[in-house]
Amino acid sequence: MSEEVKLMKGNEAIAHAAIRCGCDGYFGYPITPQSEVLETLMEVEPWKTTGMVVLQAESEVSAINMVYGGAGSGKKVMTSSSSPGVSLKQEGVSYLAGAELPALIVNVMRGGPGLGTIQPSQADYFQTVKGGGHGDYRLIALAPASVQEMADFVGLAFDLAFKYRNPAIILADGVIGQMMEKVVLPDFKPRRTDEEIEKECPWAAVGKPKNRKPNIITSLELQPDAMEQNNLRFQAKYKAIEENEVRYEEIMCEDAEYLLVAFGSSARICQKACQIAREKGIKLGLLRPITLWPFPTKAIAEYANKVKAMLTVELNAGQMVEDVRLAVNGKVPVEHYGRLGGIVYTPDEIVEAVKNKLM
Amino acid sequence: MAIEDIIKPENLVYKKPDIMNDNSMHYCPGCSHGVIHKLIAEVIEEMGLVENAIGITPVGCAVFAYNYIDIDWEEAAHGRAPAMATAIKRLRPNKLVFTYQGDGDLAAIGTAETIHACNRGESIAIIFVNNGIYGMTGGQMAPTTLEGMKTATCPYGRDVKLNGYPLKITNLLKELEGMRYVTRQSVHTAAAVRKTKKAIRKAFENCMDGKGGANIVEVVSTCSSGWKMTPEKSNKWMEENMFPAYPLGDLKDKDANI
Amino acid sequence: MTEEIIIAGFGGQGVLSMGKILAYSGLMQGKEVSWMPAYGPEQRGGTANVTVILSDEKISSPILNQYDTAIILNQQSLDKFEKAVKPGGTLIYDPYGITSEPTRTDINIYKINAMDTSIEMNAPKSFNMIILGGLLKIRPIVELENVLKGLKKTLPERHHHLIPMNEEALKKGMEIIRGK
Repeated sequence: MSEEVKLMKGNEAIAHAAIRCGCDGYFGYPITPQSEVLETLMEVEPWKTTGMVVLQAESEVSAINMVYGGAGSGKKVMTSSSSPGVSLKQEGVSYLAGAELPALIVNVMRGGPGLGTIQPSQADYFQTVKGGGHGDYRLIALAPASVQEMADFVGLAFDLAFKYRNPAIILADGVIGQMMEKVVLPDFKPRRTDEEIEKECPWAAVGKPKNRKPNIITSLELQPDAMEQNNLRFQAKYKAIEENEVRYEEIMCEDAEYLLVAFGSSARICQKACQIAREKGIKLGLLRPITLWPFPTKAIAEYANKVKAMLTVELNAGQMVEDVRLAVNGKVPVEHYGRLGGIVYTPDEIVEAVKNKLM
Repeated sequence: MAIEDIIKPENLVYKKPDIMNDNSMHYCPGCSHGVIHKLIAEVIEEMGLVENAIGITPVGCAVFAYNYIDIDWEEAAHGRAPAMATAIKRLRPNKLVFTYQGDGDLAAIGTAETIHACNRGESIAIIFVNNGIYGMTGGQMAPTTLEGMKTATCPYGRDVKLNGYPLKITNLLKELEGMRYVTRQSVHTAAAVRKTKKAIRKAFENCMDGKGGANIVEVVSTCSSGWKMTPEKSNKWMEENMFPAYPLGDLKDKDANI
Repeated sequence: MTEEIIIAGFGGQGVLSMGKILAYSGLMQGKEVSWMPAYGPEQRGGTANVTVILSDEKISSPILNQYDTAIILNQQSLDKFEKAVKPGGTLIYDPYGITSEPTRTDINIYKINAMDTSIEMNAPKSFNMIILGGLLKIRPIVELENVLKGLKKTLPERHHHLIPMNEEALKKGMEIIRGK
């Protein structure tokens, strides 16, 4: 039955995928345009089947701290929200990173700053990949560009989070969250038993058996020497993630003279822009970062030897463009094209931007 | 009589709980935290729950409680312990899940988390240490600081026009349907210590009987350093000033129809 | 084959659900589909629109600025989307409430009196099915049989007894649509 093709919204796919990948708990708070995640879970009632806990928290702050508590006891837990709510969660995200806990956060971005708009945006790129919360930490950041990837990345994000004991984030936007597409949901995977959790997560606070020392989940270390060592351990882990987990997609890149770099819904629109440009004789390709952190720096650096110029296309005022420029290091011009505040560009607009800014 | 003749099991009159380790505490002389820690450890041990206890420490003086009681712990962000406890208990319903929180943590920055966890009737126990001051950060005003009481951030005494009134949060919590057991105790005399231990035991038992409902044990406490008094004078000051504002006794016990 | 469609009108006219049924019908017919609503408070009374794409190939952008077919159900949407129809494309509109008619000559324009007909049929809720029937007469992108399957998928089981009425509305729409 798992091969059955369904039609659903990206937000609904997140909910169904969470149940199917053996998620133990979801804690969230309603906010447009992601409320369908919590709504779907409450409709499906997974606590009656898999035993998954679902709870509407009193705030995003509370929800992320529920995630922190659950993750500390070794459980596979997640939350989802949209930009203003994700800002509220940053405290908990930093604590998760500091305590080295695996967890999943989903951000279905809307336009800001402040209360902003409920329409799609990608203006939380900096918040996601450059910090957001306090301290030197990184989130494993996956950017889905389809409803199918919304479903697939839930399991992937949990796998990576547990592999590295680090929080992971799915950074989507209102387009991917609200659109309906075909999706094949992942196979059902049972939730881990308590014995399996204790084996996989010997660090978890589950109640101390006689033969081991207490497990303390904390990010606190008042001795600067020891705190530096903690930070160096985090940095070594981040380096390993950068070496092993970069993911990206190349579309129409083989003979490209000009390269678009775009993620998420923007990459979908850019793909159409590439088709239109090629009909007009412009050899345009698209590199789509799938992991925003770790960023596909090497792949982009190599394209700097092949193409005449690059254009990042983002629903923001120019954020990822900084990372592309760092990768390119001045070899070719790197420009940015964006729309702000919830306006989404059309494929034609992008082709025009290529002509105006790169040619 | 040689000392070896005295140290024998049959002569033992007092023993600290096994899960209280030998780390020396960072608490100031006269502080109530040490006694409350010991009571928690005793109850956990006496109930046979060492292997099933998960504690959550706050931000505040008790942030390092996990250094003294050998059970599994999670250290919360400031005020968020009840949210964490909610998730842990729901994900692990057979465990004893309790939080240990001060007045700033529970009644200022964590008010929303406290009220909502209690209102949902989470099967958790909250040990709430109310000494009317922020100890860890150096004696600033707490939500429970008494009117006229001097602190680093109300150096001329708490002015209710400026800072509002002392927050009797336990009285508020009592009104919530989800609350099963609300009590206010202290640890300034041997008799009071015994009562507090009984209260903690009741709260923990409530967490484990599967009937649900939230439990809070407020312990009105001293802070000699913050209050700038000797421990002895602190106890007296507490009796004369804190107890009238925060009278001791059970505020709610659903099982006893109180 | 790729058909890029915009359906636009007032919230409450069934714009989004018509799009959904069309998308499900495409799914039943084995096509790639995408359904992208303009979401938000405008669903509740203001203008509503949804982009539906049916294709034999993988769909790139779910957001478009030009459409093969526009289904227009109010004046604001006509003003906005008449110009967005590709040359040679199709515009279908219900004249109910339209004050200035479409004027383009390089596209195929069809009129469907769905609002009046749904009232005559004493079934105002089948308004959007009449429109959909009209679309399928002009652009037979999915078979009627698959639309009925799509309806079954989108309607909760307790409403399945309404399917025959919807089928009737679809057929009515096929009958009454006229070239301008």
